[in-house]
Amino acid sequence: MIAFTVRRLLASIPVLFVSTLLVFLIVASSVDPLAPLRARNPPIPQTTIRAEAVRLGLNHSLPQRYWDWLTGLVLHGNWGTSVSSGYDIGQRLISSFFVTFRLVILAILLSLILAIAVGVLTAVRQYSRLDYAATAIGFLFLSLPTFVFAILLKSWAIEFNQTVRPNGPPIIATLFEASPNPPTSFLGKIGDSAGHLLLPTIVLALVSYASWSRFQRASMLEVLNSDYIRLARAKGLSRSRVLLRHALRNALIPLSTQVALDTAGLLGGAVITETIFEWHGMGYMFIQAIDNYDLYPLLAWLVLASTLVIVFNLIADLLYAVLDPRIRLA
Amino acid sequence: MPEKNNDDAPVLLPTLGASLDQFVRSGGMPQREFTVKARTQREIVFRRFLKHRAAVTSLIVFLLVVLFAFVGPLLWNQSFNFMSNDIEVPPSGTHPFGTDSNGYDLFADVMHGTARTLEIALSVSIASTVIGTVYGAVSGYFRGWVDTVMMRIADLILTIPAIVVAIIVSDKLSASISSAWYFLAFILSALFWPVCARIVRAQVLSLREKEFVEAARALGAKDTRIIFRHIVPNCLGSIIVVLTLTVANTVLVETALSFLGFGVRPPDTSLGTLVSNGQTAIQDGFPWLFYFPALFIILIVLTINFIGDGLRDAFDPQQTRVRA
Amino acid sequence: MSEYSRLSTESEVLLAVDNLTVDFPTADGVVKAVRGVSYNLRAGEVLGIVGESGSGKSVSSMAVMGLLPKSAQIRGSISFRGEELLGRTEKEFMQLRGSKIAMIFQDPMTSLNPVYKIGFQLAEAVLAHHDIGREAARKRALELLEIVGIPFPERRIDQYPHEFSGGMRQRVVIAIAMANNPDVIIADEPTTALDVTVQAQVLEALRSAQRETGAAMVLITHDLGVVAGQADRVLVMYAGKPVEIGGVDEIYYEPRMPYTLGLLGSLPRLDADRAERLTPIQGSPPSLLSLPPGCPFVPRCPLAKPTCDEQEPELVPTGEPGHYAACHFSASLIGKRADEVFAVTAADAALPASYGAEIEGVTGQVTAIPEQPKAEQSE
Repeated sequence: MIAFTVRRLLASIPVLFVSTLLVFLIVASSVDPLAPLRARNPPIPQTTIRAEAVRLGLNHSLPQRYWDWLTGLVLHGNWGTSVSSGYDIGQRLISSFFVTFRLVILAILLSLILAIAVGVLTAVRQYSRLDYAATAIGFLFLSLPTFVFAILLKSWAIEFNQTVRPNGPPIIATLFEASPNPPTSFLGKIGDSAGHLLLPTIVLALVSYASWSRFQRASMLEVLNSDYIRLARAKGLSRSRVLLRHALRNALIPLSTQVALDTAGLLGGAVITETIFEWHGMGYMFIQAIDNYDLYPLLAWLVLASTLVIVFNLIADLLYAVLDPRIRLA
Repeated sequence: MPEKNNDDAPVLLPTLGASLDQFVRSGGMPQREFTVKARTQREIVFRRFLKHRAAVTSLIVFLLVVLFAFVGPLLWNQSFNFMSNDIEVPPSGTHPFGTDSNGYDLFADVMHGTARTLEIALSVSIASTVIGTVYGAVSGYFRGWVDTVMMRIADLILTIPAIVVAIIVSDKLSASISSAWYFLAFILSALFWPVCARIVRAQVLSLREKEFVEAARALGAKDTRIIFRHIVPNCLGSIIVVLTLTVANTVLVETALSFLGFGVRPPDTSLGTLVSNGQTAIQDGFPWLFYFPALFIILIVLTINFIGDGLRDAFDPQQTRVRA
Repeated sequence: MSEYSRLSTESEVLLAVDNLTVDFPTADGVVKAVRGVSYNLRAGEVLGIVGESGSGKSVSSMAVMGLLPKSAQIRGSISFRGEELLGRTEKEFMQLRGSKIAMIFQDPMTSLNPVYKIGFQLAEAVLAHHDIGREAARKRALELLEIVGIPFPERRIDQYPHEFSGGMRQRVVIAIAMANNPDVIIADEPTTALDVTVQAQVLEALRSAQRETGAAMVLITHDLGVVAGQADRVLVMYAGKPVEIGGVDEIYYEPRMPYTLGLLGSLPRLDADRAERLTPIQGSPPSLLSLPPGCPFVPRCPLAKPTCDEQEPELVPTGEPGHYAACHFSASLIGKRADEVFAVTAADAALPASYGAEIEGVTGQVTAIPEQPKAEQSE
């Protein structure tokens, strides 16, 4: 298994290389980070513009710039220079990652627990009213765009805050990942965090829940109809044991790979949720880089996002091998 | 007890030779076995789909929405970017969906936005399905290293979140090339085709082992003919289902992109842009600016999802599915 | 005591099925899977249930175990050791399953849970009904593996099902069934999914299981060869109803129902002393959704007369003890061979009479070829 992991990681390096190169070429060739400066009125002196160009390395050729960036990163840990001065890309990357990470992890946990519970219940009580209701709700959630749901939740929260505590600070925070002046006590901090986490977590959990619960239901039904479950019942095992020890254990295998893959997507793609709730996570960093024509933070973001995708794809495969003894890693 | 469908009643369709055979063998007794009227596969699928109440209702609703979007503007008296004098007026007779801060009639805006969203969704799904089918069929048919390489590329594209790539590419390139909607559709097609490719490939992998492929080859059929005249038609069920699901997905992604400002740009409008314009509308006291476009997005995606579910069941009924 | 039992009343009746009926409501109508099955199973005896797919043999056994889906409508009586099983709660069934009545299923490749070790699955069967420690359960598991003939049990016990061949997996399933010394073992087509060469091993394992536990066995199969070697009594089922029941010798040598005769005639036999033609039964079993009145075998029966269409024959005694047949004309089958009643398939009928002589030559036996009776031609 270790050999497999190492081989996969090594094979991923060219992928990283190619994707960063591609993005670099696309963005650097079509974007002029100095455009806002040039367009300013009253005009900025040429010397200042040229100085900026040098600072950003724009006087070199594209391949040269890419090479400089690559060697700078690999050999010196230097992420490059941003358009905005004083922007430490490396540090920003890490802090953004952790902000997004805690949101996504919580959302995934919530979503997973709900999806497994509902998936199992609806499979066991197939065609019951519960099953139909859960399916209908699942369909609704699948059809609800994240931004619509996020906006709805925000407005309800605002109303809720108004009615419950009209003149004080909001109970359910609608913006940012933490209050500007957070309480100092430990409990207070937790409470503040929770208040801010509530809405975005629900929004993120929603979409995953919708697809995972249907997936789990289908997987569970397939397992429940299998011969070995029939044999387990014929052995005289209790229903709960058959369900949990035998059925669920098998039904979770496909779901676990799906979760690993979706997590990668969520980490990179929670852009909308972060934008609406104005969280300063990876999504925000990404959008900001785009808006400011800021090449190097964008590249840094890309390296991290791609690495996450690669790592989680690897986890998905490893998980499958661990859970299913029939699978032997190539 | 389910109602007896008249067409399923036993129908005696003896052919002369068979009936004579049976007659003699049964000692002169009348035929005991019942035969059922033969149906083409198309009929069977169609009938199964019709049994799916939610899917049929959704199909009707969806067609109404399409009419609303494309025929509506021809009949409605206002155009979508016309600044009238009614600013932020709630829904009324002249403005069934109300107006926004610029005086634009939301009814006309929603019509146009829906049309734009649907145009993008339909063109993306058709393009990506065609590309994906060809790609997946070729990859699955030839196997070996060709398949491995092709699938690696497809997987690569699949694992990157569509929104991210779309934002990067569309924002940077569209400014210089074109901000027309078909450019956005082009980018999205490039992102969605691997989904179809994967599914078609899986089907082709199993179908290529079947005897009819061997028979065709023995008769001297060339590979391309085998792939496209024999194998692909047998995947039609999956392909159609993927097509519908891609429509739904594209609507969600495109509206999200437009919401963020990276998709359809002003002066053109899409449902996502409308929602973006109305995102604070609820608090500001003009809830219609948010609810109407949002409702239409949900409606489109929901109906497509139900239709897709009905189609999936019609092509391949399984015990495990809940009839929605 | 039901009349269908043997004359000898020494061993007690363990399982008494009386007029069991199972209906499945489906979207297309009600499927009458089982239409009145009755049999008694005595301690130590092997009852073979024979029939085509769809004859209802598996469904009736699943009913005994209480493993049918909730939608199934079960009527009649199933009693184990005198106590009625139908209508019992799931909890009561759980106590019986695996400990008093055990079942072996058809496909060994999918009968075992792929993610757990063999030892675990064996021990689980024991631990479900006995409160012994894990060590004791593991010992018992090793014992069981030895009884069914798995080589190197100490190594095998920690392996996963996918590391076993089909025949060995089925033997593990047999081991699981006998783990708690049940009174009744129901084997549902235990050899159908296996190679002929492996079948012998599995049947041997079944015999060991029966020997060790002293259990009575219900052996369900469509393979008459399997039944001949193992069963004491045979129940032949067709279209959800039993059509003949009797001792294995009587059924094989003196069948009194055309279907049984036809089944026997379609079996190739190494000990056939002439070049007899096989007599397959034309046609296929009827749909259980829309059964016409009268005997369900009529479309395929060469003896069918108008009475057969009107009245479905009941299981009536044939004159020999313990042998019952459901046919209006069972008496006319006395002394008949299969090829005297059923038609040979048309293509072969034109072969010359000397065909048989060549075959005799190969075996080295010089036997005079008696006159071949003209086989009945089919139109």
